[in-house]
Amino acid sequence: MRSILAVLGQAVLYALFAAFVGFFSTRPQYRPLPDAHALVKLSVSHAGALKADCRRRTREELERLPPNMRVPAECPRERSPLVIELALDGRLLHAETAMPSGLARDGAATVYRRFVVPAGTHHIAVRLNDDGRVPGFTHQREADLTLVPGQVLVIDFDSERKEVVLL
Amino acid sequence: MERVLHSAAFGHSRNPVATILERIERRLDGLFGAVSNPLRHLGAIGFLLFWVIALTGVYLYAVFDTSVAGAYRSTEALSATAYGFGAVVRALHRYASDAFVAVLLLHLARELAFGRVSGFRRFTWLTGVPLVWLTFAAGIVGFWLLWDEVAALSAVATTEWLDALGIFGETLARNFLGAAAVNDRLFSLFVFLHVGLPLLLLAGMWIHVQRLARPDTRPARSLTVGTVGALIVLSFLQPAPLAAPADLGQLPQAVKFDWFFLAPNALSERGSAAVLWLLAAGGTVLLLSLPWLVRTVRAPVAIVDPANCNGCSRCFDDCPYAAVSMTRRGDGGLAVVDADLCAGCGICAGACPSATPFRSVAELVSGIDLPHDPVDRIRRALTEVLAAGEAPVVAFGCRHGADLRALEANGVHAIALECAAQLPPAFVEYALRRGASGVVVVRCADGACEYRLGDRWSDARLAGEREPHLRASVPRDRVLVVGAGAGEERDVMTRIARWRRLPVHAARQEAGDHA
Repeated sequence: MRSILAVLGQAVLYALFAAFVGFFSTRPQYRPLPDAHALVKLSVSHAGALKADCRRRTREELERLPPNMRVPAECPRERSPLVIELALDGRLLHAETAMPSGLARDGAATVYRRFVVPAGTHHIAVRLNDDGRVPGFTHQREADLTLVPGQVLVIDFDSERKEVVLL
Repeated sequence: MERVLHSAAFGHSRNPVATILERIERRLDGLFGAVSNPLRHLGAIGFLLFWVIALTGVYLYAVFDTSVAGAYRSTEALSATAYGFGAVVRALHRYASDAFVAVLLLHLARELAFGRVSGFRRFTWLTGVPLVWLTFAAGIVGFWLLWDEVAALSAVATTEWLDALGIFGETLARNFLGAAAVNDRLFSLFVFLHVGLPLLLLAGMWIHVQRLARPDTRPARSLTVGTVGALIVLSFLQPAPLAAPADLGQLPQAVKFDWFFLAPNALSERGSAAVLWLLAAGGTVLLLSLPWLVRTVRAPVAIVDPANCNGCSRCFDDCPYAAVSMTRRGDGGLAVVDADLCAGCGICAGACPSATPFRSVAELVSGIDLPHDPVDRIRRALTEVLAAGEAPVVAFGCRHGADLRALEANGVHAIALECAAQLPPAFVEYALRRGASGVVVVRCADGACEYRLGDRWSDARLAGEREPHLRASVPRDRVLVVGAGAGEERDVMTRIARWRRLPVHAARQEAGDHA
């Protein structure tokens, strides 16, 4: 009798263990966004313009260099920081100046931000400057978009076509 | 002096959580038996689950299409296999993994509650901490392979969390900006990680148990059947969910979520990546620091007396922490103790053939012994008890189990030991021959030995199944072995009282009283 009760007790505890695993393996459901909201991702990875143009070295400068390093042109590697602004319905949502990566600041500047916004129609404006020698913004994009609940809008910059893209 | 010495050493120092946990485990012992009690064998269950995950994983890998387009399709097709076999295997793979996380965290919490983090356990504790990271890393990548909505959520959340560190140069999360960014090459990386990380985990588990002799890596048959059986039944009743195919441009409103593995993703996405980093990194540093933060008074380690060591290697066989090794000495051998590994439990002293109290030497020195609590102290304490000449009942008891002071209050003369297996069996015969009416050995509860194997070795020696054994000529009805934990003193007394009512004790006691 005692052994039967022990087996029953074991069965109950194993069942509870399985129920625990089964429950938290699927429940409660996860809601990645609040109801009736969408996600805007501002994700840009772009190497800005060089901060300065190449210039020819003078004869004196060349003579001061070791013979194996006498390259006529000197081209600074450092790139411009990326200045970016994102406005939603006329309100500035984000403004950032991203520095180029790398020790010599010659790599791509990267911006990655997420914004949870109410679903619906919005006016989105993206302004970007990738050349420190040009005042204001070098690239802009504005659009009226209708975001459905759960939609992920990606704002990127196409470095080949030199334009802001909305995906 | 001796009475004071051994009485003063009865103390218990368990924290309240450990005491409660011990009580729960004792309750479960009654139901499962100590050898099949899941709480006592969490590490072994972990190994079992790992093999279940590995075996089911091999099947799944065979039928899995390792491409972006084919991954979801091939997973979906598993449900269409004969008798739903594929779906059950996938569900078992999933639930065994979930159970692995639960068992892992429970194992960690249990060892922490019992304070098993420092001293000779430091290596085992420190090598266990990285296993938590490896488990989560291996499991989370496994979810990505399905490439459903949950996979996309997890992949984005994990890479965004990693990007928050700012050490990867290029933003990892940009690999999941849109469908075009996810290609077969990236999927090959997922597959590589989902095979490679579990292999690393297995290597880590192997290292984790390296400083344990006879590590508990294979659960008893009933525990195996119960655990795997429960997961198989669950796999039939609730197939593992597969959400809609991944769409990086659209998040689901609500989705079935595996909280065992993906809770960190939810915390990072709905909360903050910084908070998760703080919890994960802070928690890891804290766990790794515990061996130094938790100050324990380290027991002096066993020492070898070469003059009395005959190189029999019984201490080498019995040490639970592989702290004893044997070295060559002339034609024989000599035991050597690694001080870093020695727990100071005295099990080796109990195994030493030279630790017999019948030796006619003024000071009993054995081949291997505890310097602070030698077998000579046990013999002198026993001699003092027997000198009273009243046919006493002598109890040798472990300091980590039932409180022996309760026995003293009930007319049983208790002699405390670091571990019941510290007692050489010849002491039982010695006590009976010198006038004790009976001998009680109070050890830790079954499977709950403070030093892992003391209860097993003590039982086996007293039953004549392991060297050094209690001689067959010793009347077994005058010897009682009781397994009890802290707080179970009343059970011990009840068993002793019942045992003392046996006719053999009544007659002895009477004779003693007359004397």
